[in-house]
Amino acid sequence: MRDAATPSAKVAVRLEDLHKYFGPLEVLKGISLDAREGEVVSILGASGSGKSTMLRCINMLEVPTSGTVTVGEETITLETDRRGRPRPANRRQVDRVRTKVGMVFQTFNLWSHKTILENVIEAPVHVQGRDKRECIEEAEALLDKVGIADKRDHYPAHLSGGQQQRAAIARALAQQPEVMLFDEPTSALDPELVGEVLRVMRGLAEEGRTMLVVTHEMGFARDVSNRVVFLHQGLIEAEGAPQDLFSGGGSERFQKFIAG
Amino acid sequence: MSFAFFQETLLTLLPGVPLTLELAFLSTAIGAVLAVTLALMRLSGVLPLDYFARAYVFAFRGTPLLVQIFLIYYGLSQFPAVRQSVFWPVLREPFWCAIIALSLNTGAYGSEVVRGGLLSVPHGQVEAARAVGMSGLLLFRRIVLPQAIRQALPAYGTELILMVKATSLASIITLMEITGRAAKLISDTYRVIEVFVVAGAIYLIINFVLTRIILALEFWLTPHLRERPEARELPADSAGEHA
Repeated sequence: MRDAATPSAKVAVRLEDLHKYFGPLEVLKGISLDAREGEVVSILGASGSGKSTMLRCINMLEVPTSGTVTVGEETITLETDRRGRPRPANRRQVDRVRTKVGMVFQTFNLWSHKTILENVIEAPVHVQGRDKRECIEEAEALLDKVGIADKRDHYPAHLSGGQQQRAAIARALAQQPEVMLFDEPTSALDPELVGEVLRVMRGLAEEGRTMLVVTHEMGFARDVSNRVVFLHQGLIEAEGAPQDLFSGGGSERFQKFIAG
Repeated sequence: MSFAFFQETLLTLLPGVPLTLELAFLSTAIGAVLAVTLALMRLSGVLPLDYFARAYVFAFRGTPLLVQIFLIYYGLSQFPAVRQSVFWPVLREPFWCAIIALSLNTGAYGSEVVRGGLLSVPHGQVEAARAVGMSGLLLFRRIVLPQAIRQALPAYGTELILMVKATSLASIITLMEITGRAAKLISDTYRVIEVFVVAGAIYLIINFVLTRIILALEFWLTPHLRERPEARELPADSAGEHA
């Protein structure tokens, strides 16, 4: 059953008719999706279904070929370059939107030359220009929250995968983001380390954080999220409350997908 | 061979050490700025910049340093325009000609080392930096360059040592650094072996000290690559190695 706080009516992320081509290959074929504030949306789908690409369009790590992305109040304006490829019209706007969006990657991507604490305070201090001492206190609290307070002076290479991913979550939270994006956060972990990361994510959901989670963890999708979106070949094939979808609703393909 | 002559040779050559070091350090420093600039041009994706940098590296790596020194010291002065230009006070000094030649040369080699370092920075870490709102110079300064430097340091240390040795060519254009002094002493005494053995030993000692300094710098800059002190307690998983 869902644990997340009840979402408000305000839209945190809005995707409208997203199309994305990689060369001749159309990866997204017109995706529209609203995520309301406080909502936890799980995005499921087979590999190649476009779910990661869709997520990466939200903070412009992939630039959609057409369609619009709105984060909070801000719609990212796109233009085409001389070769006809889409690009953000305003780099500053993209950087600004990105500070409002925390992202957790499959492969953690912690900065290997910085300690865990330095990783966590990097963006607040050097991008957002906040007071360093304040950021350190906040970072320590975040590291405590994800259960690795004792690792603050370690380097990423000295941590296990689960610890690295929890540090990466703390790093994203330190931005004080309005939305958290998770791109298969447990897929690179050894099975026995998946639980510790999912526990942290569940805690964030219970706090009422807005989260979009690309995942293969059916348990998380079913028990933690408010809404499940199932992508197939670049289109949303099924969408709804997990209790509806997981009890036989949605498409036939979705039922086959969750049956494994 | 006498001990006294060795001692005398040493005392004659040692005053050349400061000039040798000055030539090596100054040109390596200027060359490093050039190297980073050239490497960025190579990686800029802007074709004219890329091709200019390629051509530069091709020319300066493909021709002997001695020829470059001659061209700058003897060659440039052939042009009246150069002699009348504001650069002439600099270009007529053998010291500055040597610095220019050494810098241009090491810049070419160094750019390839720096380029390798820049390319070694994992793409995921750059993406993570973009995702927190970093771009441009901030991203380069905070994430890319520090890692590129650490990666490039061992090879750049070798470049510094090559530069120390390359300064001996400056003796050809009248600079009295270690080799210049040695050559002069030989023409006075005809004792080739003793003098060059001492000269070689001085270079060896300089480079030994430099090697230690570079090693220390490397150690100091890469705590993240060292085994952590309590490594034995590390849980037996290797998930952190996935990339």
